[in-house]
Amino acid sequence: MMSRAFLFPIAVIAVAGCLAFLPSYLDDYGIGIMIGLLNAVILATAWALFSGPTGYISLATAAFFGVGAYTVAVLNESVPYPLILIAAAIIGALVSLSIGLATLRLAGIYFVIFTFGLSEMVRQMITWFEVNITGTLGRYIFLPIEPRHIAWQLLGLAALTLVVGWLIRRSKTGLALRVIGDDEVVAAHCGINIARVKVLLFGVSATLLTLAGAIQAPRYVYVEPAIVFNPTLSFLPVIMALLGGARSLIGPTLGAIPLFLLFEWLSASYPNAYSILLGAVFIVIVYALPQGVTGLIRRWRERSASVVQPEEAA
Amino acid sequence: MSMLEVKGLAVRYGRHEALHEVSINVAEGETVVILGANGAGKTSLMNAIAGRVSPFSGSIRFLGEEIDDQPSHDRVEAGIALVPEGRGIFPGLSVRDNLKLGGYPKRARENAGSTMERVLTLFPRLAERLDQLAGTMSGGEQQMVAIGRAVMSAPKLLMLDEPSLGLAPIVTQQLFGDLERVRQAGTSMLVVEQNVRAGLKLADRGYLLTAGRIVREAAAADLQGDPDVSRAFLGGLEDAVH
Repeated sequence: MMSRAFLFPIAVIAVAGCLAFLPSYLDDYGIGIMIGLLNAVILATAWALFSGPTGYISLATAAFFGVGAYTVAVLNESVPYPLILIAAAIIGALVSLSIGLATLRLAGIYFVIFTFGLSEMVRQMITWFEVNITGTLGRYIFLPIEPRHIAWQLLGLAALTLVVGWLIRRSKTGLALRVIGDDEVVAAHCGINIARVKVLLFGVSATLLTLAGAIQAPRYVYVEPAIVFNPTLSFLPVIMALLGGARSLIGPTLGAIPLFLLFEWLSASYPNAYSILLGAVFIVIVYALPQGVTGLIRRWRERSASVVQPEEAA
Repeated sequence: MSMLEVKGLAVRYGRHEALHEVSINVAEGETVVILGANGAGKTSLMNAIAGRVSPFSGSIRFLGEEIDDQPSHDRVEAGIALVPEGRGIFPGLSVRDNLKLGGYPKRARENAGSTMERVLTLFPRLAERLDQLAGTMSGGEQQMVAIGRAVMSAPKLLMLDEPSLGLAPIVTQQLFGDLERVRQAGTSMLVVEQNVRAGLKLADRGYLLTAGRIVREAAAADLQGDPDVSRAFLGGLEDAVH
């Protein structure tokens, strides 16, 4: 019982431990792919920590990713690297908590639009600030960090994201979170402080997204708002999590890996048609697999289970 | 002392006044039924007490404390549990998880295990189906889950909004039998019911709500066969049916 309960985190750490040997053997291209894959897994999983169970589709991933990268860009010459990461996490948490509190009353499409607008707003604000106050538009990051170091850090962050997700699901909050998306009214009458659970989860998810941006910043060398606040960063995790199944913990990973490889291939083979193909894939996934791959598997299981025990009428 | 004391409560939706100067109370260990036709304001009253709508004026006191400004989840913590109209279960969760969620309040967590046993003794059918998805159960069983979930929060006051809604007569009868056992266990109850006979049989006392106003208050036994009651339901058709 005990050993089964801890199977998931043990498996995650074991897999991460094995993958940690890879960067030493891979060439630059291989490490690039590994970083891209890990980034996709982290963004999709962290996004789904909040958006999966609540059903609140957030398009603010780029905002947090960008805030993380910009923190590194601003601080990289004056503060030791580990402290920069801590600062990025704190800034991400503070920004997300204030946004969480501001958007509490928004639901459905209004929440989606707000988060999308938010990413743009953060980008414009930083652009304005850089042009008018500091008088620069790009910043350089010169840190002695190699791609393989980034791959290791991302590996750690990916494992952390999955384990955090697992801890949340085991906690009382996880149970609450599962039902908020179903029926907020009944959830409130179960004694669940819906506002607190939502803001907390949004904050945890956003902090992980911010860290992903911060860790990868050294790879850009040159950072400007248009690069790190790229709206595609907001859409990709959504489509990846939806493909795999946003309501399950491992679902986003299952979606992120094939889609990242597909997009990588598409952008290399058909660079001009890439955006169109991306949109087409999005539509197909939403239509064909509204519950994702894990949802499909669950439905199959349920169907076979309901054949065994037919429902009795009372 | 009254456990629940509602005084001069008014609830408005825009310009429409759903409740006007409503005053009711529920004593410790008492079961009170609110009778009234569709649109009389019964659900508005329940929602105001549970914190789903905020009152326009008036006060709601629970165990001597003003709770008007508290959000729903704090009222659950204080000991008020609502089974909303139309079940209020999570269809995608198993019966066990539905019940577990009921035990979410801090106050209920300590004794969650023994409360669960109590609920399963009250509703033995649920014990057989703990792992079934609640959404795949029959209407009566879903109502049992909803009530069991509310009991899991170890409420001091259990509020039920139209528990018999949409249930077959025989299932309603079973359900009220179950509620009778909950009552005997000492839980105070406030029940809104259209099934007058079943409601009055269960309750100690009843209020008659018509067009947002309390027009009558009496012991349940006295309300049985009262012409006011049938008039309230049949919209002025005097004692045509009795």
